Amino acid sequence: MVNSLKLETKDTDLLGALQNFFKSLLGIDEIQAILVPQILPMKNMVMPVLISDPERLDGVDPLSPAFPMNGAKIVSKLTRKPIGGKVAVVLRPCEIRAFIELVKLKQGHMDEIIIIGIDCLGAYKNTDYFQYVGEDPKESTQRFYESVLSGNGASLENVELAPACKACEHPVPEHADILIGLFGLDIHKHILIQTQTEKGKKITDNLELPKMGEPPERKTAIENLIAERIDYRDKMFAETSAATDTLEKLTAYLANCINCYNCRVACPVCYCRECVFVTDVFNHEPSQYLRWSARKGAIKMPTDTVFYHLTRLAHMSTACVGCGQCSNACPNGIHVMELFRTVADRTQKGFNYEAGRSLEEFPPMSEFREDEFDEVVGIS
Amino acid sequence: MENFEPSIIAFVCNWCTYTAADLAGTSRLYYPKNIRLIRVMCTGMVDPQYIIKAFLEGADGVLVSGCHPGDCHYINGNYKARRRIKLLKEILPQFGFESERLRLTWIGASDGIQFAEIMQELVSQIKALGPNAAKLKMVI
Ligand code: SF4
Ligand code: SF4
Ligand code: FES
Repeated sequence: MVNSLKLETKDTDLLGALQNFFKSLLGIDEIQAILVPQILPMKNMVMPVLISDPERLDGVDPLSPAFPMNGAKIVSKLTRKPIGGKVAVVLRPCEIRAFIELVKLKQGHMDEIIIIGIDCLGAYKNTDYFQYVGEDPKESTQRFYESVLSGNGASLENVELAPACKACEHPVPEHADILIGLFGLDIHKHILIQTQTEKGKKITDNLELPKMGEPPERKTAIENLIAERIDYRDKMFAETSAATDTLEKLTAYLANCINCYNCRVACPVCYCRECVFVTDVFNHEPSQYLRWSARKGAIKMPTDTVFYHLTRLAHMSTACVGCGQCSNACPNGIHVMELFRTVADRTQKGFNYEAGRSLEEFPPMSEFREDEFDEVVGIS
Repeated sequence: MENFEPSIIAFVCNWCTYTAADLAGTSRLYYPKNIRLIRVMCTGMVDPQYIIKAFLEGADGVLVSGCHPGDCHYINGNYKARRRIKLLKEILPQFGFESERLRLTWIGASDGIQFAEIMQELVSQIKALGPNAAKLKMVI
């Protein structure tokens, strides 16, 4: 199944090589379009763009440190019904993992898409990206990947990777049809094209790329990166746990929250078509507020803030992939990702589940067995 | 803490535990008034948010109680409930809610005596834990 191929970069730069590679995919095996981050012609912003015309591939930029949304939501939109043609989708690892969760929830399908995953260099928070990006966004991207891939880190011009990326232990895609490998390679000469599925192999068999073994430096580079990430992650878990270990502290942690629900709109795995918090259930009778206030002496408005976050944790933390889009979307600087990942670590371990790990494992709340979890039953 | 009378919300399924409570009543068995029964058709319909809401409103304990494994009228609602309780027991203690405040039991329709006994035991355990912190503070 694994095909390891070499993609030359020496006559062009990395983005140019990727652009050529994507161009060569259009038309193979009925691939009609590619969904890939691209610098928008009208503004210095990188957004997912669905490109059918090979001539429109200039400006594709899947390596920029911009991560405006989790693309799993877009791919879910594209595959909710048969799309009538094949589409290659270029995604970050956390986008692939989120999409796997959505497929299991029947909110997306794999049949007509080819997943292209790229070693993830991480991203800045939205506002930080705007601060970082210069007049020439392509040049900004080049400076970014050169720095990361030469071992000089991702902090440039006082901007650091988003905490979600610093804590991410999945920088290499695991369920892509085609993986584009960057870590541990001499990117000025060539990069790695590797298939992870039969589907991917069938496509790359059409390309005239030479074979290439995986250099040992790659394994070491990846191991070191993951170790660094796990370090950061575990510190983050410990700090977040300590900052929220009583209801009073949790209330303080969420005190800035204005119930705008941006975090759940941005979350790729918040799967309900209609969130209960925007239904009439929470459109309380005006007199209800007075009664609450009278009973408690004082209530903060809007109400139901902690209730909202705890409910969201109960409903989706088993599917949280740690992409950080919740924090990215919060207008008030609440560390939503840190809270959700910390709790998700417990809920996912509790069910021996890991979001995005496999298409075969059922989401914990969608299966059950006769004999299990007896320890939670009874009062003795 | 001597006079602390806990409030305990119990989500009980219509077919088993509620029937048992009824039986306890008609048999004139004593069970503490601290338990507020909420009858649901099946434990499988108790969304985690009902339990969270009860705690945030100041419930000192929450009980979910339904049919014994294999006896659920809707075949597997109680197994789903068990997973949700497991889930909440992973989440709530992180925020300082003692795991013992949330309980799941199976009490069959004819178990009137067990119902009364379990309720007494539950109340004494929750009394020992003291009041839920949510009652004392402004919860946002
Ligand atoms: S809760 Fe936040 S970190 Fe987790 S999947 Fe949703 S947006 Fe990503
Ligand atoms: S985005 Fe921020 S302010 Fe809005 S609901 Fe989420 S945590 Fe609250
Ligand atoms: S009907 Fe009693 S638990 Fe389902």
